[in-house]
Amino acid sequence: MRKLSETEKNIVRFFQGDLPLEPRPFQKAAEILGLNEEEVLAYLKAFQQEGLIRRFGAAIRHWQAGITANAMVVWRVPEEEVEAAGSKLASFKEVTHCYQRKTRPGWPYNLFAMIHGRTREECEDLARKLARSIGHYEYRVIFSTAELKKESMRYFTEK
Amino acid sequence: MDALDRRLLNLVQEEFPLTPRPYLELAQRLGVSESEVIARLRELKRKGIIRRIGAVFDLRKLGYVSTLCALKVPPERLEEVSEIVNSFPGITHNYLREDEYNMWFTLIGPSRKHLDRVLEEIKARTGLTELLELPAERPFKIRVNFDFKDGEDGGAEVI
Repeated sequence: MRKLSETEKNIVRFFQGDLPLEPRPFQKAAEILGLNEEEVLAYLKAFQQEGLIRRFGAAIRHWQAGITANAMVVWRVPEEEVEAAGSKLASFKEVTHCYQRKTRPGWPYNLFAMIHGRTREECEDLARKLARSIGHYEYRVIFSTAELKKESMRYFTEK
Repeated sequence: MDALDRRLLNLVQEEFPLTPRPYLELAQRLGVSESEVIARLRELKRKGIIRRIGAVFDLRKLGYVSTLCALKVPPERLEEVSEIVNSFPGITHNYLREDEYNMWFTLIGPSRKHLDRVLEEIKARTGLTELLELPAERPFKIRVNFDFKDGEDGGAEVI
């Protein structure tokens, strides 16, 4: 991780917000940032190349789009088998997030996959399919019943 | 949502052009006018399906850290506790889930110390002590786009 310049932080501050819906949105951004359009686009492309920007585009509220069944599937996988199981889970397009996480007393599950669907049954079927594909580990499907908050992080807001 | 909306949603999530006239380019790929694309995006935002258009940053590469937390909240205190939890800007996602640990949220901050401080404050202000903190040890997949398949109705719309 490298240190960002103040201009780069300003780029982050601007593009963590909402891109203007007008024909030359990057021109508009440039005016606000005190740069020119070309420079703004060059920064964004460099950020993408560096992996600082993971993705540029629309963020979707999937609840509003009708994708309201959402489950966290958690497995208990021996440490030496996590790599294979996690990579396998990641290969399914229906899995949006997959992480190995720390275990805690009373929480033995270390492999997490987030799945989304239009119905509960769709998620349950998918969870079974995932479980079969990685092997016979103890697992649980934990549905969400309400979205209480979903926002994009605002970085570099402390002055 | 019609078929054009779904094609547009797929495109703007994954392949937003970093060029001076991005909406024109999207329009050409969809065979419609630039003003049509802008009008449809405005409508998708108004309906709450698109949250924003912009960059999704790799928080680690910006020097930030994150964690996943779960709280055991007595059912009669859910609303009050969610208000406290959601009041912190670094809490980006918060879901109710069907588990003893019924409130699951993600926390992002500029340092581990900052995360600890927020979690201590949440415990102090809610008086709840059963908080699981499960930081990621290894990411296998982080994907944030949803596939809007042609021919599907896109589910129930929330207006």
